[in-house]
Amino acid sequence: MSLMDKHKILEKNATLLLVCSFLAVSVGGLVEIAPLFYLDNTIEKVKGVRPYSPLELKGREIYIREGCYNCHSQMIRPFRDETERYGHYSLAAESMYDHPFQWGSKRTGPDLARVGDRYSNAWHVQHFIDPQSVVPESIMPSYGFLLDEEVDGRLIEDALKANRMVGVPYSDEMIELAAADLQAQADPDADASGVEARYPKAKIGDFDGDPSKVTEMDALIAYLQMLGTLVDFSAYKAEDFVR
Amino acid sequence: MTEKKQCFVDLDQGPVMRILALFARQWVPVTGPHFSLLLGNYKMNHAAQVIAVAAAAILALFGAALGQDDLFQAHAWILFFVLVGAAFLLLNRKPAEAAAIPLRGDGDDAPVYLDGPIRFGAVATLFWGIVGFLVGVVIAIQLAWPAFNIEPYLNFGRLRPLHTSAVIFAFGGNALLCTSFWVVQRTCRQRLFGGDLAWFVFWGYQLFIILAATGYVLGVTQSKEYAEPEWYVDIWLTIVWVSYLVVFMGTILTRREPHIYVANWFYLSFIVTVALLHVINNLAIPVSFLGVKSYSAFAGVQDALTQWWYGHNAVGFFLTAGFLGMMYYFLPKQAERPVFSYRLSIVHFWSLIFLYIWAGPHHLHYTALPDWAQTLGMVFSIMLWMPSWGGMINGLMTLSGAWDKVRTDPIIRMMVIALAFYGMSTFEGPVMSIKSINSLSHYTDWTIGHVHSGALGWVGMISFAAIYFLVPRLWGRKQLYSLRMINWHFWMATLGIVVYAAVMWVSGITQGLMWREYDAEGFLVYSFAETVAAMHPYYALRVFGGLLYLGGALVMAFNVYQTIRGRVRDEKPIVSAVAAQPAE
Repeated sequence: MSLMDKHKILEKNATLLLVCSFLAVSVGGLVEIAPLFYLDNTIEKVKGVRPYSPLELKGREIYIREGCYNCHSQMIRPFRDETERYGHYSLAAESMYDHPFQWGSKRTGPDLARVGDRYSNAWHVQHFIDPQSVVPESIMPSYGFLLDEEVDGRLIEDALKANRMVGVPYSDEMIELAAADLQAQADPDADASGVEARYPKAKIGDFDGDPSKVTEMDALIAYLQMLGTLVDFSAYKAEDFVR
Repeated sequence: MTEKKQCFVDLDQGPVMRILALFARQWVPVTGPHFSLLLGNYKMNHAAQVIAVAAAAILALFGAALGQDDLFQAHAWILFFVLVGAAFLLLNRKPAEAAAIPLRGDGDDAPVYLDGPIRFGAVATLFWGIVGFLVGVVIAIQLAWPAFNIEPYLNFGRLRPLHTSAVIFAFGGNALLCTSFWVVQRTCRQRLFGGDLAWFVFWGYQLFIILAATGYVLGVTQSKEYAEPEWYVDIWLTIVWVSYLVVFMGTILTRREPHIYVANWFYLSFIVTVALLHVINNLAIPVSFLGVKSYSAFAGVQDALTQWWYGHNAVGFFLTAGFLGMMYYFLPKQAERPVFSYRLSIVHFWSLIFLYIWAGPHHLHYTALPDWAQTLGMVFSIMLWMPSWGGMINGLMTLSGAWDKVRTDPIIRMMVIALAFYGMSTFEGPVMSIKSINSLSHYTDWTIGHVHSGALGWVGMISFAAIYFLVPRLWGRKQLYSLRMINWHFWMATLGIVVYAAVMWVSGITQGLMWREYDAEGFLVYSFAETVAAMHPYYALRVFGGLLYLGGALVMAFNVYQTIRGRVRDEKPIVSAVAAQPAE
C-alpha cells in the first residue's frame, strides 16, 4: 500500500513527524476559534453592557480567588426551565468585558448570571457568614472571613490599565479616579454621583453593614448585585437577538 | 549478585536516613560521553547548580520584599524556602553515593541510560497520586457534609483545583515524564539528550507543582479550569516544557534505531500540543510584575472557547495521547507480543490527533457560543469515537494468543481494565457531546462521573501498570514484592471506580431531570435547594468509592516500597493456584 509506504518517511524523520503533528493539531483550533474574533454575533455590542466599576472588579477577583466558578455557572441556556428559574438566557455581549470569562461548567449551586437584585445585601451577608442559616439544604462553605478583610486597592489603577490593554474601554478619567471610586461606591457618606455617571446602574452604598471600612464582603456583594442587571431586556424584542 | 551490593546503601540505617540516601544517591550527574550540554566535569556542574539555585532563592527573597500584594509576597516566601532547601540538599550530595548508581546498558558499546530521573519520577508519581486521591476524598466529604470546609484556605472552591491539578498534572504528569524518558531511551537505544537537562525537567516540574498547589490554597488562580496557575507559574512551566521537548526530541534525533517507534509519536505529539495549548490559553497581561493578578488576553465567548479548546485537549493530549504512548510500549512488553496492527496504529495516531482538537466546543453547548461552532464540536466528538476505539482494539488485540495472561498476570489485567475503561469513557464522551443529551447532562454530576471513569479507569490504571512494570527494572530487582497485592489493588481500584461512576450517573441524571421537571399546571416542580438535598446520599456513596481507590493506591505504595527495599513477600504464586484446578 503506497500511502503506508510513504508513511515510512515520517517514521524515520523526527523533524518531519514533529512538523506534521503540529500541523494536524493546528487546523481545528484555527477553524473554530479565529472566526470568533470577527463574526458579528460574537463581537456585537448590546446596550447597557459596560466595564466593571473598580469595586465590582475587586469583587470579581474575590469571586475568582475563592473558586466560586467551581460550583456556580454564569451562563443561562435558552431552555424554558432555565429562563424561568434564572431569567433571560445569557448573551455573548454580556461577558464581553470578562477577562477571563466565568461561564463555569458545573451547577453544584445555582446559576448566578442574573443573581443581581434578587436578594437584599443583608441576605447575602448572612448567607456568606452561614449559608445553611438561610438555605438549610445548602452545601456551600461559609465565607465569613470576608467581613474582616479590607479590600486591597493598592493596584487598582494598574488593574484597570491592564484591562484596557486587553480591550476593556476604561477611559483615562476612570483610571485616574479608580482608587476614589473604589472607596466611594461602598461608602454611604461619600458623594457617589461620579461612580454612577461613569458606571451606570452600579449599586451604591454600604453592602456589608459595616460602614467604617470597605471590606472584601462589600466588593463581592457589589459584584453579585450587578450581575445580569445591565441589559434592559424589556427594551429589546426577542427578534433583536436573532440573526 | 554484586550489582545489588554496589547499588544500594545499607538498609540498616534509620528510615529517614534511608530515604535521604535514596534521594541523594539518585541525583547522578553522569557525564554522558558526548551529550553533556553543560561545560566541565561533574564538580563544575554541581557548583553551577548550587549557585543557580541559590541565586534564584535570592531573587525569590527580593520578590517577597518587593511584592505588590500579599499573595505575591506569600508565594515568594514559599519559593524562597523551597529553593533554600534545594540548595541545602544539593550541597549535601555525596559524590561517593552518586558513583554507586547502577548504569544500565545492553553491551559494551551500548549507551548508558539515564535512569535517575525515572526512578524519581516513579516515586513522585505515586506520591502525588496519593496526594491527589486524598484531596479528592476530602472534597467529596465536603460536598456531602459541608461542615468539613475550613475557611478560608481549605474551602471547597480552593481545594477542588488542587485535586484536579494534583491528579492530572502531578500524578499524570510525572507518570508521563518518567515513562516517556524510559520508553524513548529504550526504543531509540540512546541515552537521554542534553546531559543533566532531564534532571532540570524533573525538578523544574516538581517546582511547578508546588507553586501551583500552594497558589490554589492561598487563592492564587486565574480560574481557567485545569489552567489555574497565574502568569509567573505559567512562564516557569513553559521553560520546563520546552526543556522537556528538547530532551525528548534530541533523544529521537540522536537515536541508534532507524525507525521511530509508535509510542514516541504519541509522546511527541502530546509534548508539542500541550506546549501550544498552554501558551495560547494562558496569554494574559499581568497587573504588575510583582503581583499575582493577571487578566486573560481574551474575553467572554472568545475566552470561553480558547479555554475549552485547551481544556478538552488537556484531556485529549495530556490524558490520552501521552498515555496511549505508554500503552503502545508497556502493553506489548508485558504481554511479550508485538502490537496487533501496524497499519491501525498509523491510522489511529493521525486521526486521533487531528480530530481531538476540534472537540472543545462540546463543553459549550447551548451557551452564547455560535451554533455552527457547537455543531462542529459535536460532529467531531462523535467521529472521535472511531480512532479512540481503534486504539483500544489495537491494544486489546495485541493480547490475542496471550489472553491467558489476564488470568495469571495482574499487571496485564490492569492494562486490560485500563483499556476497557478507555473504551467505555470514549464511548460515553461522544454520547454526551450530542446536543440533546448534553442539554440534560451539562452542569450535572454526570460529567464528573465521566471524567473519573476516564481519569481513574484509563489514566490511573495504565499508569499503575507501567509503574509496576518499571519498579523492579529500575531498582534491579528480580520481581515485585508481591503479585497478590497487585490483585488487591486491582480490585479495590476497579470497585472504587464502578461505585464512583455508577453513583454519579444516578445523581447526574436525577439532578438534570429534577431541574427541568414541570407539574401539570406548568410550574417548575423543584426549587434548586431541593435538588441539592436530593444529591446527599449519592455524595456520601461517592466518598466510599473514592476511599476504595485511595486504599488501592496505598497498597501499591507499600508494595513498591518493599520492592525497592529488595524484599519478596512469602505468598502462594497466582499461576499455580489457578492452574492447579482440574479442567472438567
